[in-house]
Amino acid sequence: MERRVVITGIGVIAPGAIGTKEFWALLSEGRTATRTITFFDPSPFRSRVAAEADFDPDLHGLSPQESRRMDRAAQFAVVAAREALMDSELELDLSMDPHRTGVTVGSAVGATMGLDREYRVVSDGGRLDVVDHTYAVPHLYDYFVPSSFAGEVARSVAAEGPATVISTGCTSGLDSVGYAAEVIREGSADVMIAGASDAPISPITVACFDAIKATTPRHDDPARASRPFDRTRNGFVLGEGAAMFVLEEYERAKARGAHPYAEIAGFATRCNAFHMTGLQPDGREMAEAIRAALGQARVASNQIDYINAHGSGTKQNDRHETAAFKASLGSDAYRTPVSSIKSMVGHSLGAIGSIEIAASALAIEHNLVPPTANLHEPDPECDLDYVPNESRTWPTDMVLTVGSGFGGFQSAMVLGRVT
Amino acid sequence: MSATAVVTGIGVVAPTGLGAAEHWTATCRGTNRIAPITRFDASGYPARLAGEVAGFVAEEHLPSRLIPQTDHMTRMAIVAADWALEDAGIRPEDWPEFGMGVVTSSSSGGFEFGQRELQNLWSKGGQFVSAYQSFAWFYAVNSGQISIRHGMRGPSSVVVSGESGGLDAIAQARRLVRRGGQVMIAGGVDASICPWGWVAQLAGGRVSTCPDPQLAYRPFDADAGGHVPGEGGALLVVEDADSARRRGAHVYAEIAGHAATFDPAPESGREPGLRRAIELALGDAGMQPQDIDVVFADAAAVPQLDQVEAGAIRAVFGPRGVPVTAPKTMTGRLLSGAASLDVATALLSIRDQRVPPTTNISAAADADLDLVLAEPRHGAVDAALILARSYGGFNSALVVRRHTEGKP
Repeated sequence: MERRVVITGIGVIAPGAIGTKEFWALLSEGRTATRTITFFDPSPFRSRVAAEADFDPDLHGLSPQESRRMDRAAQFAVVAAREALMDSELELDLSMDPHRTGVTVGSAVGATMGLDREYRVVSDGGRLDVVDHTYAVPHLYDYFVPSSFAGEVARSVAAEGPATVISTGCTSGLDSVGYAAEVIREGSADVMIAGASDAPISPITVACFDAIKATTPRHDDPARASRPFDRTRNGFVLGEGAAMFVLEEYERAKARGAHPYAEIAGFATRCNAFHMTGLQPDGREMAEAIRAALGQARVASNQIDYINAHGSGTKQNDRHETAAFKASLGSDAYRTPVSSIKSMVGHSLGAIGSIEIAASALAIEHNLVPPTANLHEPDPECDLDYVPNESRTWPTDMVLTVGSGFGGFQSAMVLGRVT
Repeated sequence: MSATAVVTGIGVVAPTGLGAAEHWTATCRGTNRIAPITRFDASGYPARLAGEVAGFVAEEHLPSRLIPQTDHMTRMAIVAADWALEDAGIRPEDWPEFGMGVVTSSSSGGFEFGQRELQNLWSKGGQFVSAYQSFAWFYAVNSGQISIRHGMRGPSSVVVSGESGGLDAIAQARRLVRRGGQVMIAGGVDASICPWGWVAQLAGGRVSTCPDPQLAYRPFDADAGGHVPGEGGALLVVEDADSARRRGAHVYAEIAGHAATFDPAPESGREPGLRRAIELALGDAGMQPQDIDVVFADAAAVPQLDQVEAGAIRAVFGPRGVPVTAPKTMTGRLLSGAASLDVATALLSIRDQRVPPTTNISAAADADLDLVLAEPRHGAVDAALILARSYGGFNSALVVRRHTEGKP
């Protein structure tokens, strides 16, 4: 009998929402958190909007030294992990064995903000080829190796089991949790503090997405800039944030009377082996990942109550993904509500997969499907039920959540109500 | 979860050689490849030595369209994957696309590419940043590029845990084989020998500032003063044992056991996690300490870390209970590439019944450590334990064992 894995704690840092409660309020009310970039002057860039989190490390429990040492993404991960642990009521010193507790943090771009900022200093604004080491901050190595994120979380929750960062681009957040679930299933740990974090809103990230026109150039209406599945969509809106979970072996969670939000019932990943950034319109590899995840979960397509889409709002993604749902779920794709929370909280690269797992688990918790905001003009190529603009009360026991990313990674996870 | 994962191909791009054969010859000879940095002017830095991969000309191996879109480390990784597949006798086009995957490890991504684009951004402006920057520097790039090159569409991953990642990636490949994957490319290749990467590595505080290539990286020596960074690594073909048997492939060894642990806070008074990683990896392999014929050490060359490692080995194997070697003294530490290269070397040790030496030191500071020095040691090598640790407290241990048909 294979060990089962359940989510017993959730912590979220999202644009417009610090903490799980605020996050769910934002989603269920269909509010958007996209705005004109405030972190730096965006005027030289093609894309000038982002979904920024109003995060104050002092207010959220980080010490001055932790704030100095950690890149913003590491800070998110640690604060979200602490919230998840608190939420799980897992008493560190009583039932949590450090040896049997591990950590995975997904991140697509690691300490990009810290690296961008520090490069500018050691190169004196790009003037020096041979950059000046005497201007380097002492914690530059922590930015150099994003494994420091997993290290910070592990140290913060006193975990001594397997710890790692999973970095598969924009599927990192799904793959990190999928990896952690597998570690519990195989018996290498009983508890995993798992999730993902990214804080990519820095000039280098904005410039590189400008260069391939992946982000939206729409800046006249920032709150309505992210438009997944809408005919007028023209690129994603960069976001930031983190979601961390307490994953537990099911029998153990049950024995201590923990509240299980959902079970990680199935997970699979595939590669399109096509292009580092491009997608073919047929969604074939994502469809294969979905089939494999459903297979692992032993769930038929008509049992899926809600699809939490990748829905980035690029022309190619939303078409690709819609095709993948049809190819894998057949006619059930038309009957199942699909929505993209990136319409509200933007696309936080590696973090978003975990943030979307949080949304999926909360949809099960509340029997409510969050909407796709800013969806007013249907696209003939995107002809499913995308739950436009208003959340929907909906019996939700089984959720499919998917991700797609640079490098060709396609991931799918099935979350189920624990009964 | 019962399928056995075996290694059927090795691809090496390392300071000790282009290809496994060159690497193995140089390693058994104890050839020191640590030398003054040539890739940039390092004269103004306190550390000026590195283990560079000499003679690697990407254009000789890769189509020209891949050159502008790849960092140096990705070019080396793609070539290592090509060579691993060739060694395994695998033509990917003959295999089911969803049965093949790629699990790479990267400590720091395409840092040299990143430096150039950061310079374009800050000295000229955002519109001068390359269209390839969006993926050329990020940690997933090697898995993505290798999967595209060979049409590998199965389960894949990217594991980032510093040096330990080089073992954790191979362990993840084993997991995916056990879940039904047939062929995985697995391992780590890293390179950050550019000024920006150099400054970042210096900030870690563990890089040796000794200017003498023979003395700069001396793990387990009383005068250990940090390590020398290197570049390169190894990628392996990890295959389902049944698949290897059916096609009559040469099997180097099986991936028998793995474990990863994280250190408690130093002020906690709790024991560091390395010993536990070793014990768990042995347990996972169903093996006893006496079954291990050689340990490939992490070899941090920081006295306190060396003591922890020597202590963990002694605690598990007893005083002078197992031969220990650190051939990375010839190459420097290749970040995630180091541990993967050690696994490749361990597989070759099993093949040729020979343990390569640790160079640069004459005696271990800890007399209980049976360090293989100066000359290769000949004798039965049926199983090897490879250790890796990373900055921040990560420990990983992997066991490879000669594969015999019919054994589980």
